[in-house]
Amino acid sequence: MTLVFDILVQGALLGGLYALFAAGLSLIFGVMRLVNLAHGDLIVLAAFLILALTDLAGFDLWFAALLVLPAMFAIGYLLQIGLLDRVLGKDILPPLLMTFGLSIIIQNALLEGFSADSRRLSAGAIETASIPIAPGIAVGVMPLVTFLAAVLVIVALNQVFYRTAVGRAFRAVSDDPTTAQLMGIDNRKLFALAMGLALAVSAIAALFLGIRANFDPTIGPARLIFAFEAVIIGGLGSLWGTLAGGVVLGVAQTLGAAINPEWQILAGHVAFLVVLVVRPRGLFPRAVD
Amino acid sequence: MTAPLLSVSGLEARYGDFQALFGIDLEVMPGETVAIIGANGAGKSTFLKAVTGLLPARREAIRFAGEAIGGLAAPEVMRRGIAMVPEGRKLFPSLTVEENLLIGGWGRTGSGRWSLDSLYGLFPVLKERRRSPGTALSGGQQQMVAIGRALISNPKLLLCDEISLGLAPVVIRDIYAALPAIKAEGTAIVVVEQDIVKAMEVADRVYCFQEGRMTLAGRPSELTREAIHDAYFGS
Repeated sequence: MTLVFDILVQGALLGGLYALFAAGLSLIFGVMRLVNLAHGDLIVLAAFLILALTDLAGFDLWFAALLVLPAMFAIGYLLQIGLLDRVLGKDILPPLLMTFGLSIIIQNALLEGFSADSRRLSAGAIETASIPIAPGIAVGVMPLVTFLAAVLVIVALNQVFYRTAVGRAFRAVSDDPTTAQLMGIDNRKLFALAMGLALAVSAIAALFLGIRANFDPTIGPARLIFAFEAVIIGGLGSLWGTLAGGVVLGVAQTLGAAINPEWQILAGHVAFLVVLVVRPRGLFPRAVD
Repeated sequence: MTAPLLSVSGLEARYGDFQALFGIDLEVMPGETVAIIGANGAGKSTFLKAVTGLLPARREAIRFAGEAIGGLAAPEVMRRGIAMVPEGRKLFPSLTVEENLLIGGWGRTGSGRWSLDSLYGLFPVLKERRRSPGTALSGGQQQMVAIGRALISNPKLLLCDEISLGLAPVVIRDIYAALPAIKAEGTAIVVVEQDIVKAMEVADRVYCFQEGRMTLAGRPSELTREAIHDAYFGS
């Protein structure tokens, strides 16, 4: 019984990290129906930017992450205005190809700049700190902080989406971009804002990814797959669904690893397939799609 | 002499290779209500799309408040004081009634009578349903939301595309009953209608389109039944 409880808790906490990977992807898909194949690589890029500020410039890790957050927002905004906007339209293929190309470019640029070595962000003693929550069960402080960060990010994005004028505009553009223009909404600027927001969230994901695990320039696509699975399990375009999707994926992977360490990743993919078969629109699909 | 609020001259519009409008000339004076009538495919909605920037147009072909606006992007056109009630209402399904109304004022701070409160005064039923999804309302109520959404920006010119389409006669009567209150604020209105009788009732001036060309222009009192018939269906 303790083992099952432990698996559920550890899996749920791991799901927080996956939810952070997925939140930006979900936001972008929700607002502009763009599948960003470079999302994982952009998370890795943010992790390397944090690394550069800590290792090369000597900044404190948390302060470095705070600096990378607006930097990623700016990268997202400019990326959308300068590149992605040119290919957004009725045909979904050009943006897919564009972000696929972007993924390759980012990976190779990072390889040139940082080599293929595995890196890690060091958060100090907090990395190994844990809190006992029941006899025989303790949770790591970092996984807990990661999960809480994911919840905070989802709450904040929900507040933006459902309590602000910009959020109304995001939803309006998502529903009907042509009519949104008749309301005076400049879709280009709004999409750029959404991409900036998504990449700012990816900076937060990068921080916790870099503290939890090693990263190198080529791991982006694997993070993208986890993000995709969390988004699809949760339901396309649903932010709380994304958190639920991350938790389902995390629990499935932790359960798989408990049975056999080699089954960790496979168990996550199997859970994803099961959800796809049973509920093709995900666990919590948006009412309007 | 008062300058026209909207002045269109030699407007042409295309969907790819297909030319939908041929040299349209039209004027709307401040505070005036203009009706554009014509059968399906006459080019009425295309005309509104060109004016609002949803279709490309020659810059000088459309002047609004003295400024050439042809070919500007739709948000740029709207920011200058034009608002549109699109055909089929086009409410945003993921927004509540109140949010649908508020989104109409996006980025615009035009001062005037219309606010959430005054719109609820104009259409009281919307206040009761303000937390409902916009698309959960009846057709007539949705049309009220679409009109309110356009009015909340306090436009100088309100464009209404087929506002009676698909609605019951009693609902159409209620919708049109709101026009005098809108007009009283000095807002010019362009009503695109297939319902000739309704159009003639509300309009100060009527234009008729047929196959992308203007076939008739005049004040309702000056137009004979035969002239309208010929302009509408072809002689």
